[in-house]
Amino acid sequence: MKPTNTKNPEYYHKVVDCQYACPAHTPVPEYIRLIAAEKYTEAYMVNWESNVFPGVLGRTCDRPCEPACRRVRVEEEPVAICRLKRVAADNKGDVKTLMPQGPFQPNGKKVALIGGGPASLTVARDLAPLGYEVHLFDEQVAGGGMMRSQIPSFRLPEEVLNEEVNYILDMGIHTQFLTYVKSLKEVLSQKYDAVFVGTGAPKGRDLPKLPGRKEGDKFIHIGIEWLANVAFEHTKSISEKVIVLGGGNTAMDCCRTSRRLGGKEVKVVVRSPFDEMKASPWEKEDALHEDIQIIDNHVPLSFEVENGKLIGMKFQKVKPVYDANGKRQLLPTDEPDVFIEADEVLIAIGQENSFPWIERDLGLEFDQWGMPVVDELTYQSTHPKVFFGGDAAFGPKNVITAVAQGHQAAVSLHLFCEGKDLRERPSPFTNLISQKMGIHEWSYDNGVAIDQRYAVPQAEKTLTLRDRKKEVELGFDVPTAFKETQRCLNCDVQTVFTAERCIECDACMDVCPTSCITFTANDEESELRQKLLVPAENLSQDLLVSNELKTGRVMVKDEDVCLHCGLCAERCPTSAWDMQKFLYSVTKAYQMPAPLPQIQK
Amino acid sequence: MSYLKPLFRHPKLPKNKLGYTLKEYEGSLSTLCAGCGHDSISAAIVQACFEMSVEPHNVAKISGIGCSSKTPTYFLGNSHGFNSVHGRMPSVATGASMANKDLVYFGVSGDGDSASIGMGQLVHVIRRNLNMVYIVMNNGCYGLTKGQDSATADQGSKSKAGSINPFQAIDLASLAIELGASFVAQSFSGDKQQLVPLIKAAMHHKGFAFLNVISPCVTFNNNPGSTKSYDYVREHIEATSTLDFIPEMPEIKASYEKGKSTKIAMHDGSLIQLNKLETDWDPEDRISAVNALQMARAKNEILTGLLYVNSEWKDLHGVLNTYHKPLNRLKESELCPGVENLNAINAGFR
Ligand SMILES: Cc1cc2nc3c(=O)[nH]c(=O)nc-3n(C[C@H](O)[C@H](O)[C@H](O)COP(=O)(O)OP(=O)(O)OC[C@H]3O[C@@H](n4cnc5c(N)ncnc54)[C@H](O)[C@@H]3O)c2cc1C
Ligand SMILES: Cc1ncc(C[n+]2csc(CCOP(=O)(O)OP(=O)(O)O)c2C)c(N)n1
Ligand code: SF4
Ligand code: SF4
Ligand code: SF4
Ligand SMILES: [Mg+2]
Repeated sequence: MKPTNTKNPEYYHKVVDCQYACPAHTPVPEYIRLIAAEKYTEAYMVNWESNVFPGVLGRTCDRPCEPACRRVRVEEEPVAICRLKRVAADNKGDVKTLMPQGPFQPNGKKVALIGGGPASLTVARDLAPLGYEVHLFDEQVAGGGMMRSQIPSFRLPEEVLNEEVNYILDMGIHTQFLTYVKSLKEVLSQKYDAVFVGTGAPKGRDLPKLPGRKEGDKFIHIGIEWLANVAFEHTKSISEKVIVLGGGNTAMDCCRTSRRLGGKEVKVVVRSPFDEMKASPWEKEDALHEDIQIIDNHVPLSFEVENGKLIGMKFQKVKPVYDANGKRQLLPTDEPDVFIEADEVLIAIGQENSFPWIERDLGLEFDQWGMPVVDELTYQSTHPKVFFGGDAAFGPKNVITAVAQGHQAAVSLHLFCEGKDLRERPSPFTNLISQKMGIHEWSYDNGVAIDQRYAVPQAEKTLTLRDRKKEVELGFDVPTAFKETQRCLNCDVQTVFTAERCIECDACMDVCPTSCITFTANDEESELRQKLLVPAENLSQDLLVSNELKTGRVMVKDEDVCLHCGLCAERCPTSAWDMQKFLYSVTKAYQMPAPLPQIQK
Repeated sequence: MSYLKPLFRHPKLPKNKLGYTLKEYEGSLSTLCAGCGHDSISAAIVQACFEMSVEPHNVAKISGIGCSSKTPTYFLGNSHGFNSVHGRMPSVATGASMANKDLVYFGVSGDGDSASIGMGQLVHVIRRNLNMVYIVMNNGCYGLTKGQDSATADQGSKSKAGSINPFQAIDLASLAIELGASFVAQSFSGDKQQLVPLIKAAMHHKGFAFLNVISPCVTFNNNPGSTKSYDYVREHIEATSTLDFIPEMPEIKASYEKGKSTKIAMHDGSLIQLNKLETDWDPEDRISAVNALQMARAKNEILTGLLYVNSEWKDLHGVLNTYHKPLNRLKESELCPGVENLNAINAGFR
């Protein structure tokens, strides 16, 4: 193998598993260390710079970082990355003064943002400090998009959302709420330098052809519409017997909200087996905890209506059958169809995009599925002035993806307005600093705690089911949060190797607790992976290969289960190994001058 | 500075016949200088014991004084250990072996511990062919007392402070062969591929197995001009052969052509396989082993690998014809001859 090029920022970035897996690439271990040091304000700002909504995300994020966490590979349970984020938000001091301070020097450019969800708000935050005149349109009464209309208050209190939305709007954004944009043509005629579409995936899927759908219409609701109605207080109650169709997170929010609005016998009925439901495991757990029954392997057959009133639904029982490739088919069983009683039904079987307000003769192409044709790197549509991001760009995802795409779209909008090539994207901000403080002292806490993951406490069910706004999760208290931070392995503190200094004494190889390091003759990657002390079988993790050493061998380090404990560097007599903190801040249109502020208390 | 090693290990760490991983053979985190050769030898001992699937409680580590003699703390944390007086490890090992001959004995010593203060003890334990593995971690200096030249420092070798050693070196391997050690090998801390099978073979040898392992002292004797530095040793090392230790193989008659390969049968049926043999050298012939060492010295080479082995000689217990059961497991009924017998014995002396 060729020596690893660690000058490529993506090499060390990939070692930080959580940050790499995070769509917005939030510097996770950096903020976790700040929380451990009780520097909540700084921890919040590290998050805010990257993911814009730390308080929201610390409660609701889909957390793709957690399954990626290294801890899963060396122990079992990931660090509670998401809930630690909330600790920063809950305990922070004044953060507003640390954010870009307006009024900003106008740059003479004007942009329109359609939709006020996390994607648009991120674009607004990134462009406002550069002097853009930002106009944001949303049909709702306030900003936040689905974070406001869909995510229930018992998971995300309104104050938290308002606070974080306002940090952005207060940057001098021109907002027009309660304004549904009816025509893109009209917007384009208004001399905007560029337009961003962040209108989400606002249409809930229905079951129009299922017998009884029309007759029972009064008692049947589309999940996301119903949740929005609850959020905006148009709907205040539901009947006692409720069926929720679907197995995703929307279904979980629907059933749990039903329990708070009067639903006593709430049943989630889903086609797939329980383990394969789309909902996150923790959402399912919470639903079960609230006495909601989840009935799996049931396919809806009909709505049953009697005397103009819905009485329940009929289902066919199925079983999953897998072919050789693991592809699943749901086949009917011999068992009789099942009738389940219900007074009302919520259909939560998915969301779709819909763009009735975009004229099809503007030069903005749509594909065969009715989705706009959007460039995956630049987020530009086939109409050069129009950019997409968030759920509107590539279908429904989640808040953190919307934010990540917002950042990249903002970079493109800015390049576009400056007449530059959208494909020549500025580099990410990176920094690599030695953590050495003395001969064997590090400025990070390199001990490896063996503690198992701590659980976040919840409020009493008797309280939360009574009030739909009562937040269920209480968040970590400070002492527990500290203990949880200690589980983080500091994956951003890189093991940096300098071949020229190595005297091949084997000390690092001998001491490494997880057998990461091997000195061996070089070879092709597949051979080399087999030759290591413990074969490197996790192909998703890279090998760090050194330049040739004096004896003609190379040092090969399998990044897979490195604990970042620093022992290799402590036992190295020549500092050929050093522990260096790698900071990576994704390319943004407006890079904060100190991306990770070193603020004094 | 870390004082504890993290408890996590590679989840795919191989297991040996006992179901143990390397972890069960490790000791506490070393406090030796970073990069000290002694740590590599400790790691080789851990590896060898793991691969041989020895029960850790069936091993005893005995040492004297010195950085080298501290290492038993850093390997085999689940075994017995005795850190004795400077140079007196052989007496303690002899006593322990007399009391319990069933343990595997690792004697760990330094060049100061063995070639200076402990020389008197070393020569006698060799003569007695005590069944043990005797490892000298040889760095040519007294590491623990800040690097003074030891008796194995080569004449002309330069110390860190710049002074030249005027005295002749004691060649421990030649000395061991001369005194009748039944297994003599030489190796280098930086060559685990050779060292691990040598340790395994030494553990299987019934009798005194002497391993002189060059082990650079990074702090006091790794300077240019030193003949015990990493660089110097790597440049001057010459292996007698490559070697593999094959435990429990059906016996194969040792038939080999010189300069190619050979298999040496150990008393318990295990084998040492030697490849790429130096010609004019027969590991079972003392004279050729001594010659090879002398030739290497004349060429300024450090000869490593297995130098000499004799599986025929009886070990100390064999010579003394001790009881088959270890002394510490004999009960009073077996130990006490009874009044009548005692009277008869006493009568014999009258
Ligand atoms: C029930 C439910 C629960 C969810 N829970 C989570 C969660 O816990 N965690 C998570 O990460 N994600 C969750 N999501 C997904 C997440 O809410 C979305 O992926 C995210 O909000 C998408 O952001 P966006 O900016 O692309 O669009 P949206 O948030 O959808 O915002 C789009 C906005 O544009 C407005 N709009 C649309 N068309 C027009 C128009 N023509 N004119 C004016 N305004 C318009 C809409 O009213 C809306 O306010 C959930 C989704 C649902 C449905
Ligand atoms: C009886 C006695 N004399 C002298 C000493 C001082 N002393 C401690 S270690 C040592 C030399 C150790 O050298 P070596 O055995 O080569 O070990 P190294 O530290 O080099 O590994 C000496 C002389 C002592 N501890 N005890
Ligand atoms: S251990 Fe810490 S730094 Fe490493 S992946 Fe997990 S959270 Fe991230
Ligand atoms: S930091 Fe060094 S010693 Fe620790 S696990 Fe990683 S490679 Fe091994
Ligand atoms: S002084 Fe020399 S022998 Fe002693 S620990 Fe340090 S390097 Fe090793
Ligand atoms: Mg010494």
